[in-house]
Amino acid sequence: MSQSPHHKSFTARLRAHKIFGGIKPAVYKADALRSRVMPAPLPGNLVLPLLQHQGQPAMAVVEVGQAVLKYQVLAMGNGPLSVPVHAPTSGVITAIADSAVPGFGAQVQRCIHLQADGLDTAAELQPCLDYRALSHLQLLALIDAAGICGLGGAGFPTAEKLRVSIEQGVELLIINAAECEPYISADESLIRERADRVVSGAEILQSVCLAKRCVIAIEKDKADAIEALSTALQDSSIELLVLNSKFPTGGERQIIQAVTGFEVPRGLLPVDAGILVQNAGTAYAVHNAIVEGKPCISRITTLTGSPLQTPKNFEALIGTPVSFLFEMCGIDKSQHTGTIMGGSLMGIELDSDEVPLIKTTNCLLAKSTGEFPDPAPEQACIRCGYCADVCPARLLPQQLYAFSRSEDLDQLEEHGLADCIECGACAYVCPSHIPLVQYYRASKQAIAERDRQFQTSKQWQSRFQFHQYRLKKETTKALDKKLPGAEKTTANEPAQPFSRDQARDEIAAAVRRVAARHSNRTAPSSAKDKAKDKDRH
Amino acid sequence: MYPLIDTIYVQVISGSLVLLLAAHLGLKIWQALLRQRLLQRSLLERINRLLPQTQCGQCGYEGCLPYAREICRGDAINKCPPGGPETIVRLAALMHRPVEPLNPAHGQVKPFAVAVIREAECIGCTKCIQACPVDAIIGGPKLMHTVIEQECTGCDLCVEPCPVDCIDMISRAWGNPVIWLLPSSGVGVRQQLDTAV
Repeated sequence: MSQSPHHKSFTARLRAHKIFGGIKPAVYKADALRSRVMPAPLPGNLVLPLLQHQGQPAMAVVEVGQAVLKYQVLAMGNGPLSVPVHAPTSGVITAIADSAVPGFGAQVQRCIHLQADGLDTAAELQPCLDYRALSHLQLLALIDAAGICGLGGAGFPTAEKLRVSIEQGVELLIINAAECEPYISADESLIRERADRVVSGAEILQSVCLAKRCVIAIEKDKADAIEALSTALQDSSIELLVLNSKFPTGGERQIIQAVTGFEVPRGLLPVDAGILVQNAGTAYAVHNAIVEGKPCISRITTLTGSPLQTPKNFEALIGTPVSFLFEMCGIDKSQHTGTIMGGSLMGIELDSDEVPLIKTTNCLLAKSTGEFPDPAPEQACIRCGYCADVCPARLLPQQLYAFSRSEDLDQLEEHGLADCIECGACAYVCPSHIPLVQYYRASKQAIAERDRQFQTSKQWQSRFQFHQYRLKKETTKALDKKLPGAEKTTANEPAQPFSRDQARDEIAAAVRRVAARHSNRTAPSSAKDKAKDKDRH
Repeated sequence: MYPLIDTIYVQVISGSLVLLLAAHLGLKIWQALLRQRLLQRSLLERINRLLPQTQCGQCGYEGCLPYAREICRGDAINKCPPGGPETIVRLAALMHRPVEPLNPAHGQVKPFAVAVIREAECIGCTKCIQACPVDAIIGGPKLMHTVIEQECTGCDLCVEPCPVDCIDMISRAWGNPVIWLLPSSGVGVRQQLDTAV
């Protein structure tokens, strides 16, 4: 696939293209961008889930009661789709237990509980003075060990994505700094203040994935960040591309369309077309991991919403409780009605604030009734078709909605539900206030469950069939083992039904035979007979 | 002088065009037919797909495929307790038969459970191994046996032959926890069902 004809065409026309569909919601980033990125204070207790990424949970390598240093490995990656977890600060492991976590998966997961000792004693780091001295595979191993997953929100293990890109060969690396969600400003504030490090991370990523070109794509409403980037990019081969502001430009497939004008076909991955997309925050984490030797123990997160007195972007340690961060922003609890992790359009509502910040948490949005009133009651679909106009995946949301309601999973698959990126543009424009994304999420889950059940029953069925085959084979084998003569007699004579009288006769006959032999033996016998007896024995 | 196009060339070109069109149409029709045939699997296969494949034999037959065969021949569709009412509804829709309640003679609907051998008490008689329809029990004569949990269908067939009663059926969460519910089900925006451990 890496040699597909798309390559030559798309690298030639890198400019700000239009994406299909999308919406232009009002932007509320200014509040959080008023202050600089602040390091969040050290909380007393940190909770580190073993699964903060897509894939398999990491494997804990520490014990309860063990004292750990900052940057020390707490859990190792377990397989390719797994990333390690490091200690964000020094302290003592108090528990390795199930507790509440945010995210799309199960809401209770195995976590490492770390009690900070307040000293923040760091383990020795091994910074790399010149990453160019290392081969791309060595760099890949370092990124793998640093526990980096996609920090834009999806959380796919970065090392695995890079490994596949190296294998298949990519031509273009896109650093995604679009950040189109109306409330999130984490990447914007990061680039505004640390553009040089993001660029350095992008250069490292480019040298790892061996892409010929690298583009940093950013939306045009982020003037400060664009200025900082163009300064940082003055003597770099990386290009800067300013895109039009539209939601959801920041989606992986959407940013490819916005940068190259090429739509990744359904069923294919961007890497199949020779494109790798990485988030700007991920590039920064890669810079930290390689140049400074620091594993991924903190991230920049936007804390915003009207209940917060001082909304800001925090550089917070992974595992910090959400409630602690809200306290630091001066939350007005009387106004606070709920919390959204991620943006207002694509985020998910948290059940409680007593969950930790994880690697994929790019925004924590405190809701209030003024800003987020209770949703209007759902009304009937009037088939206006606005949703189909805004769907960036070119799906038919109203059809999908109808099939979701009737739970027609086959039709949902036929209509491409798997391509839905759950951006929420359809629900945003819906005049009937239908929570469309929730219908799609529930249906996706139902499809996954049905497929899983089908796989299981198929497995059971094949094992049952093998069991029957095995039994049949064993009986034929047993028949073959019998003497051919014996088989013939059993085959020729009709099977005689068992009868008690017959058995009694047979037993009596046997007893008589034995008695006769005994009488022979007791009688005086010749030497010849004795010799015969000896032979027999 | 520009040579006149011979009529035979015109005929050849137009003829080949027509042939090409016919070939294209034929391909399309063939594809459509193929799709139809793929959709219409055999009745036996479709019935078998709806059955839960626990191979428990509660229907009175040896396994799910034999029962599917009997349904094809006109047997009742309400003999499968592991499938429960959902399977009956699906079978009824497939067979164009009325929905019937589960026949209680074949057992009750029970939550999914897997067999677990209390290994200290196992005497190694191999009776459960012979009873298991999916070969999910491993062990040798006079040696401890154990159940491969991932392969156990929860059919209950190993419990009865055990001479020392050391097999328990322990209920397991069936599938992944449900995180998103359809809004129309009225159960709230988001609910997580507890995962029974």
